Amino acid sequence: MKYKDYYGVMGVDRKASAEEIKNAYRKLARKYHPDVSKERDAEEKFKELGEAYETLRDPEKRAAYDQLGSHRPGQEFRPPPGWERQFGEGPFSFDDIDLGDLFAGMMGGMHRAGRRGGKVPVPGEDYEVTAHIALEEAYRGTEVDLELTVPEYDESGLAHRVRRAFKARIPKGAADGQRLRLPGKGGKGLNGGRDGDLYLNIALHPHRLFRVSGHDLFLDLPLAPWEAVLGTSVQVPTLGGSVRLKVPPGTHAGGQLRLAGRGLPKPHGGEGDLFAIVQIAVPTVTSERERALFKELAEASTFNPRGHFEQEAAK
Amino acid sequence: MKTEQAMWLHERHELLLEELCELSGLSETELRELVDYGVLAPVDSDAGHWSFGADRLVVARSARRLRRDFELDPHGVALVVTLLERVRDLEEELRDLRARLPGSGE
Repeated sequence: MKYKDYYGVMGVDRKASAEEIKNAYRKLARKYHPDVSKERDAEEKFKELGEAYETLRDPEKRAAYDQLGSHRPGQEFRPPPGWERQFGEGPFSFDDIDLGDLFAGMMGGMHRAGRRGGKVPVPGEDYEVTAHIALEEAYRGTEVDLELTVPEYDESGLAHRVRRAFKARIPKGAADGQRLRLPGKGGKGLNGGRDGDLYLNIALHPHRLFRVSGHDLFLDLPLAPWEAVLGTSVQVPTLGGSVRLKVPPGTHAGGQLRLAGRGLPKPHGGEGDLFAIVQIAVPTVTSERERALFKELAEASTFNPRGHFEQEAAK
Repeated sequence: MKTEQAMWLHERHELLLEELCELSGLSETELRELVDYGVLAPVDSDAGHWSFGADRLVVARSARRLRRDFELDPHGVALVVTLLERVRDLEEELRDLRARLPGSGE
């Protein structure tokens, strides 16, 4: 069995009072609670914290934990000889037992008496996983490989950590932050309690071309100055292949050209739109001939882009 | 390897009050309190039998975790959930504004 340093996780002294442990929990819970926190590894940190607190807040469990002595976190250790005898007669191994599960199962005795032959149904634990997928995958629908380590219980009611791998089909229509439920794929229920669920949180990878808001997509569309002035027709990439887009004459920088229905599909039919945001791109290197033409244009044109400045100054 | 079908938690899917209780781990009394405090709204509050958009399950689960992990009373849960919803709305708005900003590709 691997040792876990619960005092270290909570940042308290081994002699800390119950009050100090509670305060440390509250402080760290505000920092790492997955519903509140923006920390990267909040989910995992909070699990560790919850496990440490559940053990240290209960005087009986804390005393049992203190009996284990102090080891390095993650170090393999053997519990005191008396412990094996608490878990049945035959040969017993703590090898695949999680220290947290062991303490979680402790209720008024060495382990949860209610589990074996218990009558109270206990629902299985729910799990939450973030699935990172590409925009193209959200567009078409995709399959993701998932791996979970969940507790499974032996006949004495003791939890063993088991690795479970499976594929989940994500239908098309996912948007960033959307949730899906995989019924019954969480932890196993006990005494007839229902199995827990697995919740998937969809996170889209950033895309080289498209930016996403809900089911709408945004794409920068660079135009040459003359294209913006005269209007043109351009090839524009979309997730479903490239399409032709008509740019009307006199198109301004920052203007949005809407390609209806070219965004992400929605889960219940319909789709978002694609917006091409116009940028005026200015050529950096110009030939003699180009320079001459621009000069001619500058002399011929009466266009004043800063007319409103002058009007303001004249007031 | 077997492929599991994932279900959308989307407002177009509806969950009955009892289903929302079972899946969120909240009791019916707690759920009704959240409705009273305006945190959750049934699809039709005049209906004899309440149902909720499946996306509300995310909020209900969050409420249960907050209550348990911070030992909050129903008022406290309602306050935190309301603020979290507001943060989520603002984040969505920010994401939308960023997406409209030219040249802001990541």
